[in-house]
Amino acid sequence: MHNKSVAELSRDLESGNVSSVELTRDFLDRIKSEDTKYNSFITVSEEQALADAKAADEQRAAGNATVWTGVPFAHKDLFCTEGVATTAGSKMLANFVPPYDGTVTANFRQAGAVCLGKTNMDEFAMGSSNESSFFGAVTNPWGLSNEQKRVPGGSSGGSAAAVAARLVPAATATDTGGSIRQPAALCGITGLKPTYGRVSRYGIISFASSLEQGGTMARTAEDNALMLNIMAGFDPKDSTCVDRAVPDYTATLNEPLKGLKIGLPKEYFSDQLSPAMEEQVRNAVKEYEALGATVKEVSLPNARLAVAAYYVIAPAEASANLARYDGVRFGYRCENPKDLDDLYTRTRAEGFGPEVKRRILVGTYALSAGYYDAYFLKAQKVRRLIQQDFINAFKDVDVLMSPVSPSPAFVQGEKSSDPVNMYLEDIFTIAANLAGVPAMSVPAGFVDGLPVGLQIIGDYFDEARLLNAAHQFQQVTDWHQALPR
Amino acid sequence: MQWDIVIGLEIHVQLATKTKIFSGSSTAFGAGPNTQASAIDLAMPGTLPVPNEQAFRYAVMFGLAVDAEIGRRSVFDHKNYFYPDLPRGSQITQMDHPIVGPGFVDVDLADGRRKRVRIHHAHLEEDAGKSLHEDYHGMTGIDLNRAGTPLIEVVTEPDMTSAEEAVGFARKLHSLVTSLGICDGDMSQGSLRFDVNISLKPKGSDTLGTRTETKNLNSFRYMEQAIAHEVERQMDILEDGGQVVQETRLYNGERDESRSMRTKEEANDYRYFPCPDLLPVVIDDAFIQSARDLLPELPDDRKARFKEQYGLNDYDAGLLSADARLAAFFEETAKHGQDAKLAANWVLGEFSAWLNAEDKTVSEAPITGLQLGQLVARIADNTVSSSGAKKVFEALWNGDSDNADAVIESQGLKQVSDTGALEKMVDDVLAEMPDQVAQYQQEQDPKKQKKMLGGFMGPLMKASKGQGNPKLFNEILVRKLGG
Amino acid sequence: MSISREDIEKVAVLARIRVDDAQISALESDLGNILNLVDELSAADTENIEPLSHPLDAVQRLRADEVTETNRREAFQAIAPATEDGLYLVPRVIE
Repeated sequence: MHNKSVAELSRDLESGNVSSVELTRDFLDRIKSEDTKYNSFITVSEEQALADAKAADEQRAAGNATVWTGVPFAHKDLFCTEGVATTAGSKMLANFVPPYDGTVTANFRQAGAVCLGKTNMDEFAMGSSNESSFFGAVTNPWGLSNEQKRVPGGSSGGSAAAVAARLVPAATATDTGGSIRQPAALCGITGLKPTYGRVSRYGIISFASSLEQGGTMARTAEDNALMLNIMAGFDPKDSTCVDRAVPDYTATLNEPLKGLKIGLPKEYFSDQLSPAMEEQVRNAVKEYEALGATVKEVSLPNARLAVAAYYVIAPAEASANLARYDGVRFGYRCENPKDLDDLYTRTRAEGFGPEVKRRILVGTYALSAGYYDAYFLKAQKVRRLIQQDFINAFKDVDVLMSPVSPSPAFVQGEKSSDPVNMYLEDIFTIAANLAGVPAMSVPAGFVDGLPVGLQIIGDYFDEARLLNAAHQFQQVTDWHQALPR
Repeated sequence: MQWDIVIGLEIHVQLATKTKIFSGSSTAFGAGPNTQASAIDLAMPGTLPVPNEQAFRYAVMFGLAVDAEIGRRSVFDHKNYFYPDLPRGSQITQMDHPIVGPGFVDVDLADGRRKRVRIHHAHLEEDAGKSLHEDYHGMTGIDLNRAGTPLIEVVTEPDMTSAEEAVGFARKLHSLVTSLGICDGDMSQGSLRFDVNISLKPKGSDTLGTRTETKNLNSFRYMEQAIAHEVERQMDILEDGGQVVQETRLYNGERDESRSMRTKEEANDYRYFPCPDLLPVVIDDAFIQSARDLLPELPDDRKARFKEQYGLNDYDAGLLSADARLAAFFEETAKHGQDAKLAANWVLGEFSAWLNAEDKTVSEAPITGLQLGQLVARIADNTVSSSGAKKVFEALWNGDSDNADAVIESQGLKQVSDTGALEKMVDDVLAEMPDQVAQYQQEQDPKKQKKMLGGFMGPLMKASKGQGNPKLFNEILVRKLGG
Repeated sequence: MSISREDIEKVAVLARIRVDDAQISALESDLGNILNLVDELSAADTENIEPLSHPLDAVQRLRADEVTETNRREAFQAIAPATEDGLYLVPRVIE
């Protein structure tokens, strides 16, 4: 049962082969027995899930079912869930139980989906290995047989690991610099970061407002489409959310790819990429050629500056977004503050982990008097150059394809002592966030027995085409079906 | 040494919107602590701001009223600092691209001069909450009901050269925003807050001196005192060869003293940058027109009309037109009072005196324009004397009655205007005062004669028990004494 | 580019994060490395390029001035560290 996709489980529920309560129990049991290996969940909301499952069964019996009614899934612990702890992977919010739902959370609730719990993540979504979580590192289900624990990627490492380990068929995630695509690639599943503004950010705990976007993780492209169908859409509560019609993303999955124009950005096939990784990505592109697509080399001349621009803009925005954690209204507060300054400085020193503090300090520095022009303004100008690169590229091609990460899942602890080395994990993914374009990660082979992801980047609001391209690829390949070993 | 005083103002104007600038929380005054602080106002994780259209409309109305350029594309910025009444750890404001650009306000001064004060800009921002310093086991209590209330911060050029000009400008600004209906103008509740920047420079010098900022002056009187106090303080320092320190000072009106505000960070570094949760606000022609259509009569136009329509002098017209509510009260009084000048005298005289004495605003007055108008009509038609009318006014004010005629009736204040009865009284009084009559008749100077008439009025009023119409007494006296 | 201890101390004060001496030494090296990475930006030719704050060239929507929020003080203060009489409590604020 746990190997089935959302689409398959939905059909089983519809045909009456299984009830939501049975399904939910099955997955909850599996989490209980298996997650000790992965630590992919921070909170398992068993009681709530079973109550929701019961309600879903009743709704289905009453004939009011949607595709999602009764289907289990999980939320990244960055999505506010009313009555269920939402921690952002931080000590700062370890005790935070939101008195409200976010918009995406409410959408899943409305559709009748059953949330099993909240998945682990890098603290405040800052990281590429899921090692910065206050609730402990997440272990990648792949490569466990070598007795070397590997990272699942980050920051949505808990969601990726949980889906890969078949603890849930699907999970929400967010992507600020690659936090959906990189863990999806490292865990061998399919993930989509939508266009900036496609999914409401209301109720997603913010890190870098102009870069982050909620998105989808599941094993198949079709399941990603089913998720996006209920996640995408206008929300008057989010000023940055776009009022634009939402297509049925499943309707175009089966369009033939004949004539699809693929661009390969030459900067993404550089010496930072191992030959073995490159071979897998090029093989995947060949599959597309076999499906009727044409391929040409394109250039994103400013892409090499993406990581630098990102590590100014994201920390700067974070320094303001995370200023609300002051120990006054919610979250962690230090013991016995002796004065106001003590309350602030100790609450924040004790409540935030090292990576979060580093980024707040870098961001504060980049915005401070005398450095604003050289850092923040300069980064914003480079951001426009990067955006222009994508606009130019999409004049010639329909999608861009590239690797997701420079290497497959690395061993825990390998990069955590060197922040900059960790930042370079996202060298191929960050530019899409700066430009705001949608991008996917699709399983495309293995190196040393570890999954490799193919990144497909689309033009603004072209999610349907990305999902179509990914789905067609998954009709002729089975990388996404492989069981972790 | 002679000094030039240089004054610029920053004014926080609370906008009278129903809801906050970034959330749908009520801004109504007086609710229980934190009952009007929503998840957005509390900056709870995951919440996002969405700006209030009415706040922009009000800001544009203000811009139009001060002949300013309207910012067609305004941008919200984060101003980063920590304070317990600032939930986000940053205030959302407009730094480089404000909604209102350069404009000006003309201020009429007591000596008849007209002073132009330039507006540098006005921007939209959110108010902070309030810290309550009563003792909660040595802690401070934070009420965030006010957090997120929309403000426009108006920044002037340093164009004012005296406390009189600064206070004149402040009064004019108060008059403008209340007339526009975009602010309730209640300074005691902080609806309008003035910060004064003051510096001195040697007379005639082009170089500005170091300025200080005196904060949160919640009345015009304190503002005037605070400026005088600060000018003197700076003058003392400079004349002793010292240097003025650039700092923020708090003025205590009750003690007429000021002190430097302690700040942990010597130099604040607010790290302004565009707020990424919000997009640029574009104001188009249609929006500006819709704001223009809402503009009421502005104080300067109203003043001109009062002079024209009611024949008031410049001074009275200025006083009555400045405050929209006082102006409306006056017009109601004049409408029912038959005599507009008399109505003006009573509104500026008795009515204003009672407001001051009881520290009330026009809207809190226990008497209506209609009631005062009815009283003024009775003065105009000689039914009641001025001194009788004061008694009527007092009764109306105290709520003993809501109708002037009823008070005149019940207190027997109706003037005797029956000429037959009055002539009889004059005859009797003159008969009792033969010496004074003779004196009057021998006097050649009509001015002195006029003065001597007063000597008969006392006994006449006494004879009539105060109810004789003085004007008629006067006429009869002149006729009889002259004959 | 390197970052000095003084800079780190100043920035930590602005960000209200307490750092001890040992942490400052580590931060000197970590933040220095991050700033080195970021310094690649200085090589880019950005003459006449407008800064980009936002990926989409969109315009702010404005909300109608209608009360949509209700009093939820009890729920909000149930998760607050310290409250009394409906107020949030903080160590005494001295102006």
